[in-house]
Amino acid sequence: MPRGRFKEGIIRLLLLMAASTSILIVILIFVFLFKEALPFAVHPGLRELWGTRWIPVSFQRSAYGIIPLITGSALVTCLATLIAIPFGVIGAVYLSEVAAAREREILKPFIELLAGIPSVVIGFFGLVVLAPLVKTALGLSSGLTALTGALLLALMAIPTIMSISEDAIQAVPLSYKEASLALGASKLQTIWRITVPAALPGIIAAIMLGMGRVIGETMAVMMVTGNAAIITLNPAESVRTMTATIAAEMGEVAFGSDHYRALFWVGIILLIVTFAINMVAQRVLKKYQLTP
Amino acid sequence: MIQQKMFHPALLILAFGVWGLACQKPSETSKPKSGGDAKPAQAAGKVMMIKGSDTMVHLVTAWAEVFMKKHPDVQIAVTGGGSGTGIAALINGQTDLCAASREINEKEKKDAEAKGIHPTEFSVARDGIAVVVNPKNPVSELTMEQVKKIYTGALTNWNQVGGPDAAITVLSRESSSGTYVFFQEHVLEKADYSPKVRLMPATSAIIQETAANASAIGYVGLGYAAEAGDKIKMVKIKAKEDAPAVTPSEETVKAGTYPIARALYLYANGQPTGVCKEFLDFCTSPEGEKIVRENGYVTVK
Repeated sequence: MPRGRFKEGIIRLLLLMAASTSILIVILIFVFLFKEALPFAVHPGLRELWGTRWIPVSFQRSAYGIIPLITGSALVTCLATLIAIPFGVIGAVYLSEVAAAREREILKPFIELLAGIPSVVIGFFGLVVLAPLVKTALGLSSGLTALTGALLLALMAIPTIMSISEDAIQAVPLSYKEASLALGASKLQTIWRITVPAALPGIIAAIMLGMGRVIGETMAVMMVTGNAAIITLNPAESVRTMTATIAAEMGEVAFGSDHYRALFWVGIILLIVTFAINMVAQRVLKKYQLTP
Repeated sequence: MIQQKMFHPALLILAFGVWGLACQKPSETSKPKSGGDAKPAQAAGKVMMIKGSDTMVHLVTAWAEVFMKKHPDVQIAVTGGGSGTGIAALINGQTDLCAASREINEKEKKDAEAKGIHPTEFSVARDGIAVVVNPKNPVSELTMEQVKKIYTGALTNWNQVGGPDAAITVLSRESSSGTYVFFQEHVLEKADYSPKVRLMPATSAIIQETAANASAIGYVGLGYAAEAGDKIKMVKIKAKEDAPAVTPSEETVKAGTYPIARALYLYANGQPTGVCKEFLDFCTSPEGEKIVRENGYVTVK
């Protein structure tokens, strides 16, 4: 049936095109980012980016040092991940090993719901509810801090970490658990000494994917971290993340200016970091035959 | 993740659209001119260009949208770039109207006359910035110098300006805001903001934080401050140490006694006619004034 084969070929081609669109788009984004960013490397020079002050709008001298932005993103991301790990991993253990079928049926949709809340809504909740709470709880002068942002981001990372960890835990062969129980280990011992260690690579990948989600998050952090570009490791201080900087400044920046190009460099760094985190996480998942 | 990737191209496509508009339109209208009175609007049919102040872009766009609804045959292209850019475009005959948040200066006037352009000034709105604090804060007046020192980081505690012993939480708009630049120019006298200043993504966020935080100070457009009512407190401002403290209000901004205020202008070439005149009349009509208030500015009259 040559006619049928021809038709099948066309359909195959169409499907291939659809499937490779995302690859093409990623490549185009990379090309575009570099095209817009490169003139900065020529004129003010990349040394300008390696500074400690981010003052893009100034009557004196503009400074485009992105170190405070990188430390800001790093601080918020690490804190958020640290907060999200216990909730995400313990939650996953509970869901897959302890919870009864009915409990799972109730819990799972809510976790998925949490993943679906728009970040601007979470951000607004953070600004109105969480920031005043953080302020009074820690006796600070303002609740707009890295910690507030990290708490919100943890809320967003938990569903990711939980659902992928759960898959990893469920993928542990039943024979491991059976052997452990047969040797006289209690249920709790089996979970913590056998199941979780066996699922650890998958759990680590889950945590990294959660981190990838957190580092790229924009709206919620922009609303609650105060966005002051200072270099600090203190969770009670205000920080400015890379994402918030791009979102806040790209809208009104003069096209082709140094400021515009510096923002593209921030975008490139952000893209490389998220790309690296996701790549490593996918590798780990693939190596241990898990699918996210 | 997916959201983040979507964010870049969508924004950039939008950005390119605006850029394309900005680049393309003037070339359509900037053709050689013999007489000084040639007006691009009449010549190019009914496409009107308004270029200039970034602060005024939102206001002028709001006017233009309503005006175009009422006159479906008229198209208005509004672009920013800054007051200086707008005035230069007017001098070069590349725009019909120029939006400026300052008066045209002597040099620009001379340049314009040399090219046979006669910039005519229309005061269309006023912009007053209120300095706001939490209602619980006992400080109710500050000098311009004190506000400057608070924002540049020289003063960090409320007890340095007659308040309680509490660290000041300084709030500002993002650097993309026209208000940020205006405040920097007029209050900070072009000094840099302290890096510790918290930059808020929106005026509403400044009001929200000031209302919730007893040690906060922020600045917002007068319209927004008035709308927030007693959630926040507007500080009286003294231009100098021995000057009277002025409450920011529509009256004091109009009278010119409140120091953190400025007039917003539209400039035309000569006495405007046709669509330009209609648009200028619209801006100061009751309907236009309503738009002025809705955007947080103060009307002229």
